[in-house]
Amino acid sequence: MAEATRLSSNGTAQRGPYISVITNRTTNLLIRGTMLFGVGVFLALVLNLLQVQRNVTLFPPDVISSIFSSAWWVPPCCGTASALIGLLYPCIDRRLGEPHKLKREWSSVMRCVAVFVGINHASAKVDFANNVQLSLTLAALSVGLWWTFDRSRSGFGLGVAIALLATLATQLLVYNGVFQYTSPDFLYIRSWLPCIFFAGVITMGNIGRQLALYECKVVQEKIHQD
Amino acid sequence: MTVRERLRQNISAAFYRHGLLCASYPVPIILFTSVSILTCCYPLLKLPLPGTGPVEFTTGAKDYSVPSHEPQGDLGERPDWYQGPPVAYIQQVLVKAAVSPWDSSLVPVDVFRSPLGRVFSLLEEIRNHVYTDRSLETLCLQVTELLPGLRRMQSILPEHGCLLVSPGNYWQNRRDLFDSDPDILKTVHQHEPKGIHTSATLKDLLFGVPGKNTGVSLYSRKRVVTYTITIALSSYDARFVASLRARLKQLHPSVNCTLREDHMVHVHFKEEIGIAELIPLVTTYIILFAYIYFSTRKIDMVKSKWGLALAAVVTVLSSLLMSVGLCTLFGLTPTLNGGSIFPYLVVVIGLENVLVLTKSVVSTPVDLEVKLRIAQGLSSESWSIMKNMATELVIILIGYFTLVPAIQEFCLFAVVGLVSDFFLQMFFFTTVLSIDIRRMELADLNRRLPAEAGMPPPPKPGPLRPREAPPPPRPSPHTITLQAPAFRNLRLPKRLRVVYFLARTRLAQRIIMVGTVIWIGILVYTDPAGLRTYLAAQVSEQSPLGEAGLPPHLGVAPVFPGGDPTSTLSVLPAPEPTPLPENQSQGHGASRPGGAPLTSPQISWGSEDEEVWRRLSFRYWPSLFSYYNITLAKRYISILPVIPVTLHLNPQEAIEMRHPQDTQHAPRSSAKTTDLQTDLTLYKVAALGLFAGVVLVLLLFCLYRVLCPRNYGQNGVQHGRRRRGDLPCDEYGYSPPVSEISPLLLRGHSMDIECLASDGMLLASCCLAGQIRVWDAQTGDCLTVIPNNGLRRSSSSGCWEHRDGWDSLTPTCEPDYNEPPLRRRVTPSRPTLFGDQPDLTPLIDTNFGELPPSHTTVGFGFDFGGLVEKAYKEHEASPTMHFTAPTPPVTPAPPQRRRSLGDPPVAPPERINVSPGEWDSSVWSLELRGNLIAAGRSSGKLELWDAVEGTLRCCNEDGSSGITALAFLNNRIVAARLNGSLDFFTVDINKPLGLLQYRGPPGRASLPSSPCYSSEDVISCQLTRSVQCAHQKPITVLRAAAGRVVTGSQDHTVRVYRLEDSCCLFTLQGHSGGITAIYIDQTMVLASGGQDGAICLWDVLTGSRVSHVYGHRGDVTSLVCTNSCVISSGLDDLICIWDRSTGIKLYSIQQEVGCGSSLGVISDSLLVTGGHGCVSFWDLNYGDLLQTVYLGQNSEGQHVRQLLVLDNAAIVCDFGSELSLVYVPSVLEKLD
Repeated sequence: MAEATRLSSNGTAQRGPYISVITNRTTNLLIRGTMLFGVGVFLALVLNLLQVQRNVTLFPPDVISSIFSSAWWVPPCCGTASALIGLLYPCIDRRLGEPHKLKREWSSVMRCVAVFVGINHASAKVDFANNVQLSLTLAALSVGLWWTFDRSRSGFGLGVAIALLATLATQLLVYNGVFQYTSPDFLYIRSWLPCIFFAGVITMGNIGRQLALYECKVVQEKIHQD
Repeated sequence: MTVRERLRQNISAAFYRHGLLCASYPVPIILFTSVSILTCCYPLLKLPLPGTGPVEFTTGAKDYSVPSHEPQGDLGERPDWYQGPPVAYIQQVLVKAAVSPWDSSLVPVDVFRSPLGRVFSLLEEIRNHVYTDRSLETLCLQVTELLPGLRRMQSILPEHGCLLVSPGNYWQNRRDLFDSDPDILKTVHQHEPKGIHTSATLKDLLFGVPGKNTGVSLYSRKRVVTYTITIALSSYDARFVASLRARLKQLHPSVNCTLREDHMVHVHFKEEIGIAELIPLVTTYIILFAYIYFSTRKIDMVKSKWGLALAAVVTVLSSLLMSVGLCTLFGLTPTLNGGSIFPYLVVVIGLENVLVLTKSVVSTPVDLEVKLRIAQGLSSESWSIMKNMATELVIILIGYFTLVPAIQEFCLFAVVGLVSDFFLQMFFFTTVLSIDIRRMELADLNRRLPAEAGMPPPPKPGPLRPREAPPPPRPSPHTITLQAPAFRNLRLPKRLRVVYFLARTRLAQRIIMVGTVIWIGILVYTDPAGLRTYLAAQVSEQSPLGEAGLPPHLGVAPVFPGGDPTSTLSVLPAPEPTPLPENQSQGHGASRPGGAPLTSPQISWGSEDEEVWRRLSFRYWPSLFSYYNITLAKRYISILPVIPVTLHLNPQEAIEMRHPQDTQHAPRSSAKTTDLQTDLTLYKVAALGLFAGVVLVLLLFCLYRVLCPRNYGQNGVQHGRRRRGDLPCDEYGYSPPVSEISPLLLRGHSMDIECLASDGMLLASCCLAGQIRVWDAQTGDCLTVIPNNGLRRSSSSGCWEHRDGWDSLTPTCEPDYNEPPLRRRVTPSRPTLFGDQPDLTPLIDTNFGELPPSHTTVGFGFDFGGLVEKAYKEHEASPTMHFTAPTPPVTPAPPQRRRSLGDPPVAPPERINVSPGEWDSSVWSLELRGNLIAAGRSSGKLELWDAVEGTLRCCNEDGSSGITALAFLNNRIVAARLNGSLDFFTVDINKPLGLLQYRGPPGRASLPSSPCYSSEDVISCQLTRSVQCAHQKPITVLRAAAGRVVTGSQDHTVRVYRLEDSCCLFTLQGHSGGITAIYIDQTMVLASGGQDGAICLWDVLTGSRVSHVYGHRGDVTSLVCTNSCVISSGLDDLICIWDRSTGIKLYSIQQEVGCGSSLGVISDSLLVTGGHGCVSFWDLNYGDLLQTVYLGQNSEGQHVRQLLVLDNAAIVCDFGSELSLVYVPSVLEKLD
C-alpha cells in the first residue's frame, strides 16, 4: 500500500491530470464516494417511488411531489449509507487479503442492480398471501443475490451486520415517530425491510468493489510502466 | 469413473457433435431456427396490442342481465373482462336548452343563465322520482368522502351520498346560490386548472360534455346550452330507469330526437401507467440496457463484433417472445404487466452463456478448421453451461413453489424462456458464430498479440524513424501483419481515442435512441397520466393565453338596455314543457319559432348525441371515480342509453332570471377574439410542437453527426481524397480510419524515381538523373549513393574500362518482387507522365541527335529507333537533364535526411570522375539480389554494382540495344533488349556463391563492413546465350521464377524459357494485343495480361491456356496471383479480383484515376493499392477496405506510381522523387 502511495505521488508529477487524479488516493476516494452517493440517492428515489405507488391508485399523479413524497432526509441518508458501504467493501477485502474474484465485470454489476430493483419491485407490487411468505421470499431472493454476485464470506457478514443495524435504526426512527409504516408487521416496521437492506448492501458493495477495481488497475499499470 | 465424470464426458461429446453439425450446415440450421421462432411467436398475434385505452362492448339494453363471474364458453364475441357486475351503471341525462326565440333585447349572459337555472328543477325531479317504492337513493352509487388531496373540491363534488353530477354542483345544488351568483362564468372557471388539459377537468366532469360544446360562453353563436346530469347507479333496475326516462321525456319532450335507446355500452378500463410508475420502469430498462451494453462489449476477437452482439440480443429477445408465445399457446394468458417484468426476465435469462460460448470458441487454436473450432469451443464450455442452466432451473423451480401467483407466473415464463433461450443459443447463436469465425481471418486475429509483436511504436509521424528503434522481427516469408482495429487504439492520440471510443459505442447510442423513440411512442400512444397535460401546461405557461383569455372587461353595450322589468313569466318549473306554441309539424313543442329575425337558437339532436361521453376524454370516468378512491383499472362500467331533455325558454323567462350584474357583461365586440384566442392557443401549441419536433430532429441529427462521424480521423480537407461513397464500408457502416502507421519517407533523389528493386533487405532505386541509391529496407537509411556519371573505380572494378556513354550505375533487380519499371513506363503511367512533364519532350529530341555516335559503335541487331523514341522517352530524358543541370549526380544526400553510417565514406569518391559534359545512358532496368545491383542501361550495357560499397563490380557491353527488362535469378541474369533479343548472363564469383548467398545478417548496421565478401572477389559476368529473335517486337515484360523465364512482347506472344539452358519451351499465343503484364511465381502459375484487356492463365508445364477472360477496358497494367485468386488492374483504373480456378470475377475495386496500376499482395488475403498520397489495404476475401495510410503531407496529390511489396511486408511506393516505406506490422498468417 505504501508503495502504491509512493508511486501515486511519483505519478502525479509525470502523468497527465486525469491519471494523477485517479491515482491520488484521496481524490480517488472522493470520486468513488461521490459516485456511490449519487447511485444511492437515485436508487432511493426510484425505489421510494415504487413503494409509494402501492398506495396510489388512479389518482392523477403529481409527479414531482410523488418523487419527493418521502421526507427530504431519506435520499441523502441512503446516499451516505451507500457511499460508506461501497467504500467499506473494497477496504475490508483488502484488509482480509482475500480480494473479490467472482465475475468482476460491469455487466455482472448491472445484473446485480437489476435484480435488486426487481426484489424491490416484488416487495412493492406482488400480492403475497401473507407477510411471512413475502419476507421469506425476499430473504431467499436476497441470499440468491449474494450467491450469484458476491459469494464472499466478508460480503455476507457485512451485509447481515449492516442490515441488522439499519433495521434497528429504522425501528428507532419509527419508535420516535419520525415516520411510520402503513401496516407494520414486525414490531414497528415491515418484516421484509432487513432483506431489502441486505440486498441493497450487497449491491452497493458490488458497485463499490467494481469502482475500486479501477484504482487497482491504474496502479498496476503504473507499476508495470515504472 | 464417477457418474459425474461420465455425464460430463457425454455432455461434452454431445456438444462437440452438435458444434460440428452447426458449423457444417449453417444455412439450413438458421432457416430452421427462424421458422421455429416464427412458429412460436405466432400465437402472439392474438394478444391484444398493449395500451391503456378503454375497450368497449355493446349489449342490448332490453334483455340485459348482470354477467356471471364464471366465464361461459358459448359466447364467442364476449370479451373476457365482461364478467361480474360493473363498477357502476351510468345514466346520463343530456339537456339541451336554449332561449328561444332570441330577442335583440337579450344580453349574452342570458344564453346560459336561465338554461343553467333549469338544472335545479331537473335535479329535483330526478331525486324525487319514485317508481314503486324505489327511489334514486336506494339505487344510486353511494360514495363516501373524497380523497384527502381534494379538499378544494369538497364543496363541489358530492360526498356521502349519491354520485350525481351536474352543473348544479357548482352551486351546491342550491338554487338560491345560483340566483345570487353575480358571475356564473367566473364560478365555472374558477376551478379550472391553469393551462390546457386534455384529460378531464372539473368543468368536463360537471357538464358531462366537452367544454367547448357546453355553450356556456358569452360568445356562443348557437346559443344552445348543453350539459348532462350524470347519475351513477350501483344496481340496475330496468323499470326504474325506464320510468325515469318516461317521466323526463314527458316533461321535456324532444321532438326530433331519434336517439337509440336499446344499447348498453360496457367500457372496460385497463391499468394505467402513470409517470410515477414509469420512472421505476424506465430505470429498470436503463439498467437493462447498461447490462446489455456491458455484456456485449466483452465480445471480442471476432470478425463482426456488433453483428455478434446483435445476434446475442436477438437470441435473448426471441427466446422471450417464444416463451410468451408458447405460454399463450397453452392457454396461460399473461396477466402480469409484460413491460415491467420484461427487464427482469432478460436479466434472469442473461447473455452470459452467449458470451462464454464466444470466448471459448475464439480461444481455440486458430489454425484449426472452423468446424473443429466451434465444436471444441462448445464442448469445452458444455459442462459449465449445463451446470448454470440446471442451477437456474432449480432456482426457478423453488420460486415456483412459493405459491404466490405472480411469482409462479414469472417462474413459468422464465422456465419456458430459459429453455427456448438454450435452444436458440445452441442452434441460432452457435451457427452465427461459426459463420462469423469463418469470416474472420488473420487480420482480426492480431489483437490478441502482445504489444511487442505489433509494429514498432511510431511516436510522431516524422519522415524518419529513429535509428535505435528495434527492427521488426523478421517473419517467415508468408507472414505479415495488419493491425486490427482494437489493437490500433493502444497508441493513439487521445482525441482519436475518444473518437474511436464513440465510434465503438455507437450501438449503445443507437439502442438508447431507439429506446427513447419507442418510449415516446408508447407514451403518446397510451397517453398515460399527465404527459400531455404536463406538456400542455408548459406550453400554456409560455403563452399569454390561458384561462385568462376571457376578461369580461368591456363596458355595457349600449345596444342592450338593462334588466327588463317586463318579464313576468314564472321561473318555477312548469309542468307544461315549454311555452312555445305547438306549431311544429311533429306536434310537440320544437324549435322553429318563425318570428326570430336574428339567428334563432335551434336545438337539434343527432347521432352524435347518442353517446355523448365518447367525446370526452377517455379518462373522464376513471378520474371521476378516482376522486372517491374507486379504481376502474381492469374493471368496467356500463353506460345506459342517454335520456334526452330539450328545454326551450322564452325571453321573458331569461330576462327574469337575470342577475343585476349580468348586464355588465356585454363584450359583444370581442366575440370573435375569444374564438380567435382559443384558436390561436391551439395554433401556438401546434407550432410549438412542430418547432420542438424540428429541433428534436435536428438535435438528433447533430448528435448523430457528432457521435458517428463518417470521416473518422480525417484531419483536414487534404485527406478527403477518398470519396466515401465509392468505398466499400465494413459492416458497421463506416470506412476504417486512417491508420496511425507512419510511413517512412526516403528522400534523396533529385528527380523522379524510375526503377525500383529490392530483395527484402536492401532497396535500390534509380531516378531520372541516373543516380542510384541503396537503402536499408528496414530502417530506411540510405546506405549507398551511386551517382550517374561513369566512375572509374578501377580499384574495385578492376579490368573494366568505362566509356563515356556508359554510366556506372549498377542496381540489381530481383524478379520476384520487382515490378519492372520498364513495363510500367510502357503502358500505364505513360499518359500521366506526359501530362506532367511536357517540357521534357523537346529535350529528348535533341538528345537523340547526340545519340548516334554511340549507336553506331554498337551496330547490333534490330533498329527500333521509332519505338525507342516512342516508348522510352523519359528514359532518354535523364541525360538531358544532366546537361542542363550538371550537378545532380554530385548532390549529396539532402540535408533533411539523416545521414546514415554508410554515406560519408561512399559519397566523396563518387564525385571524382564526374565530368559534366560526359554523355550518359540512362538506367532502364534495375535488379537487386544479395549485394549486387544489376542495372540495364539504354545503351545496352549491363552493370553489376556492389550495393553496399557503391563500387562497380562488373560490366558487360555485349549488347547494344537497350536493356528493357532484367531478371536476376540463381546466378543468372536475363536481360531483355529493345530489339527483341534476350540475353542470358552468368555471374561468376571466384568465391562461389559466397556473395550471392549473403542475405544480410540481422545486424544491418554493420553492413558497410560486410563480412562475407571482400572487394578482392572478382565477379565476372559473361554472356552465355543470346536469343536474337526472341520476339519480333520489343520485349515489354520479363519475369523469372521457378527456373523459368517468361517474356512478354508487343508481338502478342508470351514465351517461356528454361533458365538453365536458355531453351525456349513454349510460345504462348492467345492475346490479341501486346503483352503488358505477366505474373509467374514459384508454383508455376503463369498469368499474362495484354493491351486487349484480356487475362490469360497458362499451364507452364504443358503450355496450354487454362483460362481466358476479358477484364478491362484498356491495357492490363499489372497482374498478381494468389492461391485462390488473380488480381488484375487496368488502364481503366479498375482492380479486378478473379477466382483463379473458375475465372469468374469476384468483385472489383474502383481506383482513382492514374492509380490503377500500383498494387501488391502482401499475403493471400491482403491487398495493397496506391492512391493519391496514400496506400490502402484491402481484405482480399471480402473486398473490405481495412486501412488507409497517408504518406505525409507533401506527397498529397502525387499518386503512387510503383508499389513494391517486400518480404518483410514493407511497401515501397514511388512518389516522384521520394520513396515511402510503410511497415505493415507482422502478424501470424493463418496457415491452412
